[in-house]
Amino acid sequence: MSAFVWLTILTALRTLARNRMRAGLTMLGIVIGVAAVIAMVSIGEGAKRAVQAQIATMGTNVIMIFPGTTSVSGVRGSQGSAVTLTVSDALDLKKRVPLLVDTAWLKRDVLQIVYGNRNWNTTVSGISLSFLTIRDWSFTSGSPFSQTDVEIAARVALIGQTTVGNLFEPGEEPVGAVIRIKNVPFRVIGVLASKGQSTQGTDQDDVIFIPFSTAERKVFGTSFIGSVGAMYGSTDQAEDLPMAAEQIREVLRARHRLQTEQEDNFTIRTQIDIGKVQEGTSETLTMMLFSIASVSLLVGGIGIMNILLVSVTERTREIGVRMAVGAKRRHIVMQFLIEAMTLSLVGGVLGIVLGVTGAKLTTLIAGWPTIISGNVILLAFFFSLVVGLFFGLYPANKASRLNPIEALRYE
Amino acid sequence: MAALIQCEDVWKIYRVGDMEVQALRGLSLTIEQGEFVAIMGSSGSGKSTLMNILGCLDQPTKGRYRLNGMEVSNLKPDQLAGIRNQQIGFVFQSFNLIPRTSALENAQLPLFYRGLSLKEQRAQAASALDRVGLKGREHHYPTQLSGGQQQRVAIARALVTSPSLLLADEPTGNLDTQSSQEIMRVLETLNHDEGITIILVTHEVDVAAYAAREIVIKDGQVLTDRVTKVRPTPSLVGG
Repeated sequence: MSAFVWLTILTALRTLARNRMRAGLTMLGIVIGVAAVIAMVSIGEGAKRAVQAQIATMGTNVIMIFPGTTSVSGVRGSQGSAVTLTVSDALDLKKRVPLLVDTAWLKRDVLQIVYGNRNWNTTVSGISLSFLTIRDWSFTSGSPFSQTDVEIAARVALIGQTTVGNLFEPGEEPVGAVIRIKNVPFRVIGVLASKGQSTQGTDQDDVIFIPFSTAERKVFGTSFIGSVGAMYGSTDQAEDLPMAAEQIREVLRARHRLQTEQEDNFTIRTQIDIGKVQEGTSETLTMMLFSIASVSLLVGGIGIMNILLVSVTERTREIGVRMAVGAKRRHIVMQFLIEAMTLSLVGGVLGIVLGVTGAKLTTLIAGWPTIISGNVILLAFFFSLVVGLFFGLYPANKASRLNPIEALRYE
Repeated sequence: MAALIQCEDVWKIYRVGDMEVQALRGLSLTIEQGEFVAIMGSSGSGKSTLMNILGCLDQPTKGRYRLNGMEVSNLKPDQLAGIRNQQIGFVFQSFNLIPRTSALENAQLPLFYRGLSLKEQRAQAASALDRVGLKGREHHYPTQLSGGQQQRVAIARALVTSPSLLLADEPTGNLDTQSSQEIMRVLETLNHDEGITIILVTHEVDVAAYAAREIVIKDGQVLTDRVTKVRPTPSLVGG
């Protein structure tokens, strides 16, 4: 039996080699389908991984709380336009929500920074000491603020990579340099490690951090002392995030004296919420790609079936001869199934090669990250096999049911 | 010892629409091992139907057909395929070689379905080609061979399984006189020297003359059945 299978595969390959043009066109559907699956899944996986990395830059198990919007005579301002959150909110939350390991807050503004003869406009954030730990910021050089810096409202600054690049000469050491923020001199005491893009697409490295106390008293000159632009909290376990968020909401509503019918004047987002939105997007994308690929594989399979039906008709006499010399039904079925599967498998392998190349080219040309997983390749291979089997079945069965006498006489 | 072929009251009835066509009407026939029989008859006489039944390509509607002592009139298609593979060799008018496939591989074909190893298939097919005088042409394609040579490849394909019966359906119908004579001589030699039973269907008298017995079919029945050549008793193998 195995000798028979091997010879049949050999015969099938030879038949295909003889009709190279036809075989190529027949396989095209499978090639495109498989290549599409591989390329798209690779790009999708790459994008997913990039988003996950972005989400991870937010810190570990982080909850973000933003002030609500102002509403003047029904005209609503943008999110964060109200000054509803205060430092005391943050301090109280830490006390009253035991799930929170720590809380942090900041206040930011876009200001001009001057160093030597260069200047740069960037976001200056006055941050609480805990902010750096909650957001997992690390340093390439220098060190964070000290408790004393906060207490005396010291004029010290931490600067992000993008800001460094815009203010300093390449190779120049920023730590120890004195920069001016709104004409107030600050000493740079640390350079932040790069975090790249945020999930909103903003450059997280285009920043300057100064102590919150310093920002309030010496830079922003705000009329709302004690108000914050955003608050952060973190929990020990990711599973605690929804519960913590709910408790934060209750505490804040009580503190803000909101009536039951009133809406929250703040917004709470957890890392999980953001992850879910991203996952939802990528899932929709994956499903779409998958359906495109399925249609393409289906069309490829129909192409194979079509050409095999033509082949059965063309080779009616050959089938008759094979039957006359003793081919049983299963022999004829096997012959055509093996031919169909050879077509779809060769198409599948070509598709894999094309898909992987396409993914690599995408990375090379467009710079999108791609991840080629062995599972996808295996799946594509398996799918092309199944397509061959499924669409080969009908023509093979048809061939095996030919009447040998009529087949021998067929002109 | 039982005869190779025993047909008893064989009927073959086709239905074409509402019409009933009786191709064979109670035909009875016995052919011994080692015989060389020519079956003759005009078109529509039922000789093709008879050939198909004798070759186990078709089955009688009624009646009994024993091949080598075995009742084959009620076997399933796959069982018939097995019998064709083991016991019967076919030679057709239009050669019916598989195109773009070498002479050797064409001759190998029946062995392919026996599940023999490739090496054995090749060896036996090569020896069959040698027996029909085609040594050295194993790797020629049908298009590179003359009609007579193609028919000899077909004979090699029929011989390769050492069948008990060789059925030749108008084997010279597509050949010129000289090639026809060559082919008939090959068949004659196979019958004479190797004792292979040959049944030949033809409507050419000079082709039929190579056979030792002539059966004429008319209207689905045997019209005449006579020995045309007195030959020494064929050497029988086994008992």
